[in-house]
Amino acid sequence: MSAVPASRHAVGTLDVAAIRRDFPVLERMVRGRPLSYLDNAASSQRPHAVIDAMSSYYETSHANVHRGVHTLSQEATDLFEGAREKVRRFINARSSREIIFVRGTTEAINLVAQSYGRPRFGPGDEILVSWLEHHANIVPWQMLCEQTGATLKVAPITRTGEVDFEAFAALLSPRTKLVALAHVSNALGTVIPVHRFIAAARTHGVPVLLDGAQAVPHLKVDVQALDCDFYAFSGHKMCGPTGIGVLYGREALLNAMPPWQGGGDMILAVSFDKTVYNVLPYKFEAGTPDIAGAIGLGAAIDYLETLGMDRIAAAEHELLVYANEKLAAIPGLHFVGTALEKAAVVSFTIDKVHPHDLGTILDHEGVAIRTGHHCAMPVMEFFGLPATARASFAFYNTRAEIDRLVDALHTAREMLG
Amino acid sequence: MDLKDLYRDVIVDHNRHPRNFREIPDADRRADGFNPLCGDKLTVYVKLDGDRIADVSFNGSGCAISVASASLLTESVKGKSVAEAEGLFSQMHQLLTRDDAAVDVPGLGKLAALSGVREFPARVKCASLCWHTLDAALHSQDQVSTE
Repeated sequence: MSAVPASRHAVGTLDVAAIRRDFPVLERMVRGRPLSYLDNAASSQRPHAVIDAMSSYYETSHANVHRGVHTLSQEATDLFEGAREKVRRFINARSSREIIFVRGTTEAINLVAQSYGRPRFGPGDEILVSWLEHHANIVPWQMLCEQTGATLKVAPITRTGEVDFEAFAALLSPRTKLVALAHVSNALGTVIPVHRFIAAARTHGVPVLLDGAQAVPHLKVDVQALDCDFYAFSGHKMCGPTGIGVLYGREALLNAMPPWQGGGDMILAVSFDKTVYNVLPYKFEAGTPDIAGAIGLGAAIDYLETLGMDRIAAAEHELLVYANEKLAAIPGLHFVGTALEKAAVVSFTIDKVHPHDLGTILDHEGVAIRTGHHCAMPVMEFFGLPATARASFAFYNTRAEIDRLVDALHTAREMLG
Repeated sequence: MDLKDLYRDVIVDHNRHPRNFREIPDADRRADGFNPLCGDKLTVYVKLDGDRIADVSFNGSGCAISVASASLLTESVKGKSVAEAEGLFSQMHQLLTRDDAAVDVPGLGKLAALSGVREFPARVKCASLCWHTLDAALHSQDQVSTE
């Protein structure tokens, strides 16, 4: 395996040229030009280490987990549970019993809605979210409200794209049964100062779920230090595979929750008189899990930890500062979301050039960005925009790629502006 | 494939200066079109004189392709019968999605400028939204979505 990141010997800052060689896709051409992949908030790319870990598992050790006594089943189980332990350590959970493998952030939030919320909530109860949320942290709660008669409350945001803390605090009441909040906004990049929000919820005894899909890849997350009750994230945004994600839940809460899907692996004993559910975390993992996905996620965590989350955050912040400075010089460009604390995401519009046209023109230059509503239609509505263009950076991006983005934006202005 | 195949001069011009970009307050028919993927939203208004499209207009917001396509649509169907407009819709559908061998390209006039869209599959819905919306208006539906 070519799994040793080339940057291992780097001290202080990352060796980006070496890191880029770890990512095979970064070598490809798009429409005759080198790819500049600036759509990392939608999904990141994968290093050899992740691809190789998954191939190696399929080539040498695949069998079903938690079942057989034969060698391959034991190896698969060890790799799968090893990945769970890596996740536990990565986010500093107390126990691997608190790490539930799911399909992604969306499934994690749906699990909490259906298993935690549905049996508990009723008319008069309130779920509090913010105006910044991704649809994945809105729609599961709307569905739960339809099912239980509970009400969804929405904390407003400011013109800079930050959640209005005072308004949020004012919405907390004895009726509030759960707070569900983004840790980092996918549409704007705002880092929400969640400590403050969690502390406020605590004073009302309200449990807090954090949507960490955009946070885990870019900053060090410690669920014990955060003191949150649930934390959800996806593998594919952190250099891992698609189809695998994690729900962290406080053990006492998870223990008190019923399973949400039934099937194999989540039981200890089944008879037609009585079925005994399995213990944590297996109670929430019905059926054969995404074994290769979990192993790939574990390899992604190893990769990120080798680079160092602090150095990743520093490198991405530097790209953000550079992009802000370069983009600000483009006439007619307007930033959407100007919070002081931001992940490396830049959302913007350009006068007279629709984001969708930008997307096509940039693609022609080999520059991949996201254009549209970013699965956060309420955010677009708040700013009175149908769509924005969004460039989102990862540690493997370079200033030269941002320069190419800027050049392509000038081309777009000349063509359509 | 060149970007200029997509953003031809006619399209850039109609995006910058859309024709018939207005509401018809006493329209006989109107329908809203929406492309949730990119947020294009437009309303098509039709004033009928018997079977003839006496006036047609649109407003809303969208990308260059959707605005130019709607602008070109209003120019090309004004004065035509409903059946002729439907015939153009079917021709446009073919032009945007298939090899244009079966399409009478010269007969489409300026609409033929949209033929480059075919090479950009992600943008076909932008160009066809106004046509679906016109079709909905002519058939008295209120709303159409290209998703």
